[in-house]
Amino acid sequence: MNDRDTLKDHRREVKIFKNRIVLAAFCLVLLTGLLLSRLFVLQVVQYKELSTKSDENRIHLKPIPPTRGLIYDTHGILLADNKPSFNLSLIKERIKDLDATVRDLATLINISEEEIQGFYKRLRKRRAPYEPVPLKHGLTEEEIAIISVNEQRFTGVEIEAQLVRFYPQAEPFAHAVGYVGKINERELKQLDPQKYSGMRSIGKIGVERFYEEDLLGQVGYQEVETNARGRVLRVLNQQDPQPGVNLTLYLDSYLQQVSYEALAGKRGAIVAIEPKTGGILAMVSQPAYDPNLFVSGIPYKTYSALRDHPDRPLYNRASLGEYPPASTIKPMLALAALDLGVREPSYKIFDPGYYKLPNKPRLYRNWKRGGHGWVNLERAVYVSNDTYFYDLALNMGIDDLHDYLTKFGLGIRTAMDVAEQRPGLIPSREWKEGVKGVPWFPGETLISGIGQGYMLSTPLQLATATAVIANRGKWIQPKLLKSASGEIKRELPTAPKSIEVSNPAYWDFVNESMRKVVHDPRGTANYRIGKDLQYTMAGKTGTAQVVGIKQNERYDAKKLKKIHHDHGLFIAFAPIENPQIAIAVIVENGGGGSSAAAPVARKVLDAYLLPKLAEQRLAVSKPE
Amino acid sequence: MSPEYVRQLSSVTHGQLSKPPGFWFKLHLDPILLGALLLLTAGGLFILFSASGQSESIMTRQSIYLAIGFVVMALFAQVPPRIFCRWAPWVYLIGLALLVAVLLFGTGAKGAQRWIAVPGMSSVRFQPSEIMKLVMPIVVAWFLSKHIVPPSFRAVIGTLLLVAIPVGLIAKQPDLGTSLLVAAAGFFVLLLAGLRWRFIFGAVMLAVPAVYVMWHFVMREYQKQRVLTFLEPEKDPWGAGWNIIQSKVAIGSGGIHGKGWLAGTQSHLDFLPESHTDFIIAVLAEEFGLIGVVLLLCIYAVIITRGLIISAKAQTLFGKLLAGSVTLTFFVYIFVNIGMVSGLLPVVGVPLPLVSRGGTSIVTLMAGFGILMSIHTHRTLLGRTT
Repeated sequence: MNDRDTLKDHRREVKIFKNRIVLAAFCLVLLTGLLLSRLFVLQVVQYKELSTKSDENRIHLKPIPPTRGLIYDTHGILLADNKPSFNLSLIKERIKDLDATVRDLATLINISEEEIQGFYKRLRKRRAPYEPVPLKHGLTEEEIAIISVNEQRFTGVEIEAQLVRFYPQAEPFAHAVGYVGKINERELKQLDPQKYSGMRSIGKIGVERFYEEDLLGQVGYQEVETNARGRVLRVLNQQDPQPGVNLTLYLDSYLQQVSYEALAGKRGAIVAIEPKTGGILAMVSQPAYDPNLFVSGIPYKTYSALRDHPDRPLYNRASLGEYPPASTIKPMLALAALDLGVREPSYKIFDPGYYKLPNKPRLYRNWKRGGHGWVNLERAVYVSNDTYFYDLALNMGIDDLHDYLTKFGLGIRTAMDVAEQRPGLIPSREWKEGVKGVPWFPGETLISGIGQGYMLSTPLQLATATAVIANRGKWIQPKLLKSASGEIKRELPTAPKSIEVSNPAYWDFVNESMRKVVHDPRGTANYRIGKDLQYTMAGKTGTAQVVGIKQNERYDAKKLKKIHHDHGLFIAFAPIENPQIAIAVIVENGGGGSSAAAPVARKVLDAYLLPKLAEQRLAVSKPE
Repeated sequence: MSPEYVRQLSSVTHGQLSKPPGFWFKLHLDPILLGALLLLTAGGLFILFSASGQSESIMTRQSIYLAIGFVVMALFAQVPPRIFCRWAPWVYLIGLALLVAVLLFGTGAKGAQRWIAVPGMSSVRFQPSEIMKLVMPIVVAWFLSKHIVPPSFRAVIGTLLLVAIPVGLIAKQPDLGTSLLVAAAGFFVLLLAGLRWRFIFGAVMLAVPAVYVMWHFVMREYQKQRVLTFLEPEKDPWGAGWNIIQSKVAIGSGGIHGKGWLAGTQSHLDFLPESHTDFIIAVLAEEFGLIGVVLLLCIYAVIITRGLIISAKAQTLFGKLLAGSVTLTFFVYIFVNIGMVSGLLPVVGVPLPLVSRGGTSIVTLMAGFGILMSIHTHRTLLGRTT
């Protein structure tokens, strides 16, 4: 039938339609089969995978940060506490117009431009969606009230309560205890993200840094059901966080405070150690800073002011400050000379006020012009005769000198748990050839004999060496940690070997010579601190040259700038019969050890010993 | 009476006219279709209750629309098919006028104008494109029933023109989904009327360049985006791909038995968007599992089978073509909706018939079933008038 045919063929019509309906029905069955197989694939074949996805969708693990371990002093006084703090935080996903919200908030409460910039910076570094990002830290009660009143206007804005570190003792403990600060980008890359999930801060320096692993605790988790907008609807499961270990340090708040004040207005450091335990009783560096500034991110201006201050308050002089030990090494060298058989106690030399190497024009001067005349070893210690020690060092040789001083912990890391410490330097032939590329000269041995030249040590090392002397060679490594509320994961290094001398009487000799420094009228420290002592003290002064004095010139403090003045050093332990405290004091550019450093040490020792002595006396006088 | 009409009356002798008119015939209702529709809409309300988050207002509105739908169905069933045939061109012209009005005065959201507010009743609005879904098969069936089958080339061209004008207008709103469905309704008539295979193959050959032209000159950016997202939903998981990913997760996590009524997490925790409109099948699949979906498909199958039987039994060509087209279009709704929600097809915004929320859609669909019933129940009456 062609198209032009207008006659209708009804039979054909019915047949064609029937065919088409059958064809259509066939297609419908096929397509329905396609739908069913699609549903079968999703609901049966991919069931597991998709139902896991469904759970992942709604179930989120919300980390609960643990409370950081507290830090106490030896008497249980809090040095590092946790204090609730309120942050204004924003959840980006729940805010329509972030910029407008930030602007609106800034009209309600005072939000600085720096805080806003910091917020956007943190926002870019955010670790997960729906994570609240703080805009302002440490809200005041008034600010909290203002935000709460306007809560309805701001979705996605919340006030977060969190515990932040608080250092109630502030400045005096800044260097020893350290502080926590915001986790920075570099740290973020190195940290175990699981351990630190939900954590914003980390121990940066000091005890906070060294025992970070222990103080941290274990993060807890909350399994929460959330909707598509991340709002928590209910808690399905919870694993409580484990608080960090509480630490008790040997540090004595009172002594630390006294030490801090004793150095007030000066640049310097004090380290006091209990010789029996190695416990660090006080570790102070002046000037200091308020560690609380760092806890929730220090404003850049404040930070740069601290960093660029000429007195360098951020610098921990107690363990990082390297100074020439000067005459404070003389007792150790005296012991070395006796032990090695370089000198007999009775050996005397005549001091005209200088020492001269044969065939060399250069004069090596004694600190006292005109000299001390005939000097034996003991006197060389307590009057701090340089000439004797030039001669002694030359006889001993740099190798033995180096080895013996190392035994006292000079030139090596001594403390177990002081996070920041420098090893100082006890020069040797190998060191000089290795680093400087030139051989050792005898003249250098001479000045090493009086703790000058290349020789450097930290106050921490000097205090340690003093404690070793007080212990008659028995090594107790200095440490801050006295006890902990739980197991300590942080591994501590082992102590060096104790010093064995061929004759124990040499220790008596050293003690006696140091006793005379304080108690003998001719002793260098006697005039300043030895007069009215209520206990026995063994000490040694030191005066470290900051600038070299020309051969024919005299050291005259008045002619020199303050920063070129000598450093005053003093080491001591007391009481001699039963040493309870060993101390090293350095006062930068303070002048002589006896005038600048010894009185400081005396204040600290008095503060520590006098109450104890009074107690003992009281105990003795009590009738049975 | 036209000679064509007289000619068609002769076919009556081939039907089962001897069958005595029963109770349902008098009411002009089809019990099987009615029963299936009641079951479907009742089940649909159950799912909607869950999908809408147990919203009372949505349930009330949906119930009212369903009630109106059943009334409209019953009313349409009373109208003899020849009336539809007679009024077809006029209704078509009114429909076109409304579509033009939509483009001129329409309201809408998301950059599309799809609605017309009833004058004086601004809160009542309707979608002329939905009405076109119903008008299209009627007018094409009217047009083709006036020609011999299989349709001549001129008849095909005429049909294509009839289809193209409203489809173009709807596509301009823009509403790609509805325009495709309206086009499908017209083409089904053409196919059922015995469109020659050479035309069909020719069309397929033309489809390739047509798709190219569509992509580059017709489709809006968001429509292209939908297609791209469909092809690779994981590329944009937080944006456009979200719907497809979440609905697949919802369906799949339902498993065989489902999570239980009101216990679907995907929809209740708002992961599934549009859960009470286009994506409602995902809620069913999540809460009642494969079993639930298969049951729903069974009800649909009953309705479609019944529609095809009615179409086969229809005595006039107009009735056959119209009934067949209405039924096939109904199937296309279901297929496209489930296909898009399960990730087989791109998301085009087609509701699940009689289950998704939506008033105009319910009323037009029910009107379609009224026409089906009318075609079926007026057979004997047709005989009697002879």
